[in-house]
Amino acid sequence: MALKIVVCVKPIPDPAYYKDITIDPVTKTIQREAIPTIINPADKHAIEEALKIKEKFGGKIITLSMAPPNVIKNIHEALAMGADEAYLLTDKKFAGSDTWATSYILAKAIEKIGGIDLVITGTETGDGGTSQVPSQLGEWLKIPHLWNVIEFKIKNEKEVYLKTKIENGFMEWKCKLPMAIAVSREINTPRYTTIMGVMKAKKKPFQKLTFDDLNLDEKRIGLVNSPTQAGNLHLLDLSRKGKIIKGSKEELAQFIIDNLKAGGISVEADPIICSCEGETGNE
Amino acid sequence: MNKDIWVFIEQVQSNISGASLELLGEAVRLKSKMKNPGKIVAVIIGSQLSELIQVVSMFGAEKIYVADHRKLRLYQPDYYAAILTHLIHQEDPHILLIGATYIGSQLGPMVAIRVDTGIAAHCVELKIDDNDNLVAVVPAFGGKLLGDILCPNYRPQMASVKPGILEKPERIEVQSQIVPVDINFLSLVEPKLKPVGICCHEPKGVPLEQAEVVICGGWGVGDAEHWQMLEKIAAKLGGAVGCTRPALDEGWSQGEHTMVGTSGKSIRPNVYLGFGISGSTHHVCGMKDSKLIISVNKDEEAEIFNFSDFGLVGDIKEILPLLMQSLGIS
Repeated sequence: MALKIVVCVKPIPDPAYYKDITIDPVTKTIQREAIPTIINPADKHAIEEALKIKEKFGGKIITLSMAPPNVIKNIHEALAMGADEAYLLTDKKFAGSDTWATSYILAKAIEKIGGIDLVITGTETGDGGTSQVPSQLGEWLKIPHLWNVIEFKIKNEKEVYLKTKIENGFMEWKCKLPMAIAVSREINTPRYTTIMGVMKAKKKPFQKLTFDDLNLDEKRIGLVNSPTQAGNLHLLDLSRKGKIIKGSKEELAQFIIDNLKAGGISVEADPIICSCEGETGNE
Repeated sequence: MNKDIWVFIEQVQSNISGASLELLGEAVRLKSKMKNPGKIVAVIIGSQLSELIQVVSMFGAEKIYVADHRKLRLYQPDYYAAILTHLIHQEDPHILLIGATYIGSQLGPMVAIRVDTGIAAHCVELKIDDNDNLVAVVPAFGGKLLGDILCPNYRPQMASVKPGILEKPERIEVQSQIVPVDINFLSLVEPKLKPVGICCHEPKGVPLEQAEVVICGGWGVGDAEHWQMLEKIAAKLGGAVGCTRPALDEGWSQGEHTMVGTSGKSIRPNVYLGFGISGSTHHVCGMKDSKLIISVNKDEEAEIFNFSDFGLVGDIKEILPLLMQSLGIS
């Protein structure tokens, strides 16, 4: 039972740099060009789950990304983890698509690849973070889909058993392939790439697809045609006075106790006395 | 074209999601800001719902659609989406609000595709513009940026909001019109996906969102032994422990449900105590509304100090045992 698996992999601006994001005061657009891209962390769990399934049942793993053309490094990393083939959907006409339009484009690409048994995504991305694309993709493909999957087991004859997270617990499901799943981060631990994997990655099949390659309605994609439209942007000022407090460990611990009390927390605490009074040089 | 505001009422095992009631409260506020308001309409789907209908009617729902059937007892996405889609096609509501719970986060975007409209995710604020349209404020880039999202050309205008973001709803006495939904059409829906079980457990300790003091630990806590100290101190203070993504990944914390951040919990305790936290945008956006923020980090340049009221420069491995001792924890 060899399975054909598509894993959606999104290159995103590296969250470590989000503090540097600014808004151009004139054009009111987001300044993020200088920020390097990484594979969306949740998507590595999607790749890992596909690799585990392939190791058990055999098959082929195809990664699918939609991004500007300069993300080859991220795609090579997915291939180096062990994916077999990669597609990059890249076209100016795709730019600015909301989740409705993005899921529509991804679905058309998956239809073009054809014969898919399983689509795996992460639950959320680090940049937009809407968590909406996985479910919307499943809808476009007209296959059953579940979000926040914490356990996925393939039984015989493509019958699958799943667990999804809910508040304070989980739900259990049965389904038949084909289906689409968005995997939670706790489902697995993504593997690291190896030198061998990196060397192999560059020789693996990689194809770019543009608008002309897909059977898309141009009036439903991109920034202008997306159902949701962006209005005003605001940068949040999160800063506080940030008074730096230095002192001995005893003074710092006492500071915490005193401020818990000042903050209205009922605290029964013994005073913290320096055990080595007179010997330390703390001021 | 009506201006009705709809709220999907989520129930799991006969417990109504707090997010749904918060959204009903929000619907009342939004309606009061509209020039030509419509009705507030609730949609509840499940089995044996009569007691839950009573609850919904106490929070301002003027009309309640009720789809009550044994086969709707457990959430089944195709059935639930089919019912919402059916009602939306029939009634053409202006706005549809849905909780960004585990269930709502799947159901909302599904319905948006089926009825062909846009949906704004994880809104932190909802507003009404001069044309009585919805303006949904959403976070991006870990919450550093907030953007207004509009849905000018499609209906309903959909938005999801996480539990605990909106204010607690007030009770409002209205005469609710109860409308049972004829679900015979569901016999045409043949889901391939079958819910076969559900397991819910009572959460331990004080819920993170309700704790007056929250102690958060980051990667800098260093090991499970010191994490246990955080847990003990929080328990002694009647508070709760939160974590950052790196601490979660290390396996020290009690799990994903204790992660504070844009993709986790949003907290607003009286006192936030952070230990070994670097100060990623993601985490800060989840705790920025805390009244008093005190952070301990041995790096004087730690980013978290910029987002704190007090930044204590010190070694948490020395400070935690002293706090334990002072609080009489063995």
